[in-house]
Amino acid sequence: MTRVSKRLGGMILVLLIVSFLTYVVLIAAPADPALMSCGRPCTPDRLADARAFMGYDEPLIAQYVSFLTGIFTGRTFGSTAAAVECAAPCLGYSFRLGAPVTELIADRAPVTFSLAIGAAVLWLVLGVAAGTISAVKRGTLLDRAAMTLSVAAVSAPAYLVGLIGLLIFGFTLDMVPVSGYVPLTESPIDWAWHLILPWLVLALISAAVYARLTRTQLLDVLGEDFVRTARAKGLREGVVLRRHGLRNTLVPIVTYFGLDLGSLLGGAVLTERVFSMPGLGSLLIDAFGNADLPVIIGITLFSTAMIVAANAAVDLLHGVLDPRVTHVQKGIFS
Amino acid sequence: MTETAPARIWPRLRADRWAVGGATVAALLIVAAAAAPLLTSTDPYTYDLDAVSGSGVPLGTGGGIGADHWLGVEPMTGRDLFAIVLHGARTSLLVGVGATLVAVLIGVAVGATAGFAGGWWDALASRTTDVVFGFPALIFMIALSAVAPPEIPRLLIVVLVVGFFGWPPIARVVRAQTITLRHRTFVVAAVALGARPHQVLWRHILPNLLPTVLVFGTMLIPSMIGAEAALSFLGVGVPPPTPSWGRTIGDAVSWVQLDPMYLLVPGTALFAATLSFNLLGDGLRDALDPKLRELRR
Repeated sequence: MTRVSKRLGGMILVLLIVSFLTYVVLIAAPADPALMSCGRPCTPDRLADARAFMGYDEPLIAQYVSFLTGIFTGRTFGSTAAAVECAAPCLGYSFRLGAPVTELIADRAPVTFSLAIGAAVLWLVLGVAAGTISAVKRGTLLDRAAMTLSVAAVSAPAYLVGLIGLLIFGFTLDMVPVSGYVPLTESPIDWAWHLILPWLVLALISAAVYARLTRTQLLDVLGEDFVRTARAKGLREGVVLRRHGLRNTLVPIVTYFGLDLGSLLGGAVLTERVFSMPGLGSLLIDAFGNADLPVIIGITLFSTAMIVAANAAVDLLHGVLDPRVTHVQKGIFS
Repeated sequence: MTETAPARIWPRLRADRWAVGGATVAALLIVAAAAAPLLTSTDPYTYDLDAVSGSGVPLGTGGGIGADHWLGVEPMTGRDLFAIVLHGARTSLLVGVGATLVAVLIGVAVGATAGFAGGWWDALASRTTDVVFGFPALIFMIALSAVAPPEIPRLLIVVLVVGFFGWPPIARVVRAQTITLRHRTFVVAAVALGARPHQVLWRHILPNLLPTVLVFGTMLIPSMIGAEAALSFLGVGVPPPTPSWGRTIGDAVSWVQLDPMYLLVPGTALFAATLSFNLLGDGLRDALDPKLRELRR
């Protein structure tokens, strides 16, 4: 219990620091959202009004505090009849799109999550399986082919593989849809069908890394004394591999997985662009084009929060997988 | 150690076929990028509307491959794809090496001081390294590029932003190495003789970090090249008309069915560059210390 609560405390501290730095850096930047929405001709008076309306006239620290409180209590922009309500959890308000950032994110997040979670499952399964086969059949042609392929896969950008996959399986063979997203709630089959190629693309690249990692770790473990003992006891090779081999490779794999969550999200953004999926990535890119600062801040902080939370989960999983972890290792975000 | 490191590295590196292959391709790319204006008489900005049809599709086979355009042309504009890719290599390598330098500078500064000073600074620096390591870096890169002052050239912004998120692996390795060095006899002797901390760091620790930094710096170049390409692919990196492989690949998204060569040409270049630098980096690392083999990150 103390471990869990300490973990949560560390998580909140990291989130506070990161959100503060992010907020200050992004808001202090020269791009002025008030200037963008002030209309033409933009008189100094109207600009000042717009700034006051958006809350940009306050000192930085005060802005950050109202942003933070807005997450818990919601906030109102402006005080006149034109006031805009932003219900809790309020991550800001996009004056450009005329919608609360939370709503925009909630709209798009399912796409990105479907993509990222599915790909992560596939990548772990494929990676561990390929690595195990390679380790068991070490030195054979199969092993060398798999390992050579994994070096190549590490160097191939996901979006490039995605586009080539799209070209082959989408346009030429006409096997899978070439773009778009169908919500899970609408039709689970169409959902998976539209995601299958993006999942594979995103998973394959990282699976290569995990195949190499699994192979090395497994070979290491299989050389240990306790594995020899297990074999000497007469355990079947399959049981040795599962109970003694793979069980002990799980911890390093989970560690790496925690570190890779950030790049998984980045990969999802790139994959979304390839398959024209309306996820958080495309929302962010559009916000970039429109200099829509509230949306940019909202997505940045939201994704950080997701990564930090996922990391805490991964870290707690560590304790379950390996009881020694509790005493020895500290999580990366604690 | 400084004197012997290159002597140890070279024979091992030369024996590694993959690393030699990677080094060769990487060297060819650098030469091609440097000599780009000599290798092609066409520049990557000149339109050739005779090479594309009324709807913008390149005329001829393979995206307009011919005597005038060795690798075909860009749809719509008819700009020479060979010239675009060749000049794109300049952008990629420039950003790749520039961002690596930024990352190495930050990484060495953070890692060496953390490992040398220990205490609260080490705790803070290591924790920060860990946090930045796990960050959704691409999203932060996009956000930072969005708010960068317009006066600064975009290329410089890309270099800084990409480099700024690349330092954690360097900091980690350098910190570990510094801690080992701190306990070595010659450092302990220097301290005993009354050397000031900054003298020890500057004269004794830093020179001995050099081989490690060079090797891990090389290993960082492909990821930096990849990050620039990713940003440009998304349309938030190097702006047109500066040639960039990533941006061309991004433009190719809408042409993939009509003109696959438009995707494959810059794609192959990007893949070759990342793969060659990866192979060279892996080889260098194995040659520096075979035990580091799986300590990639």
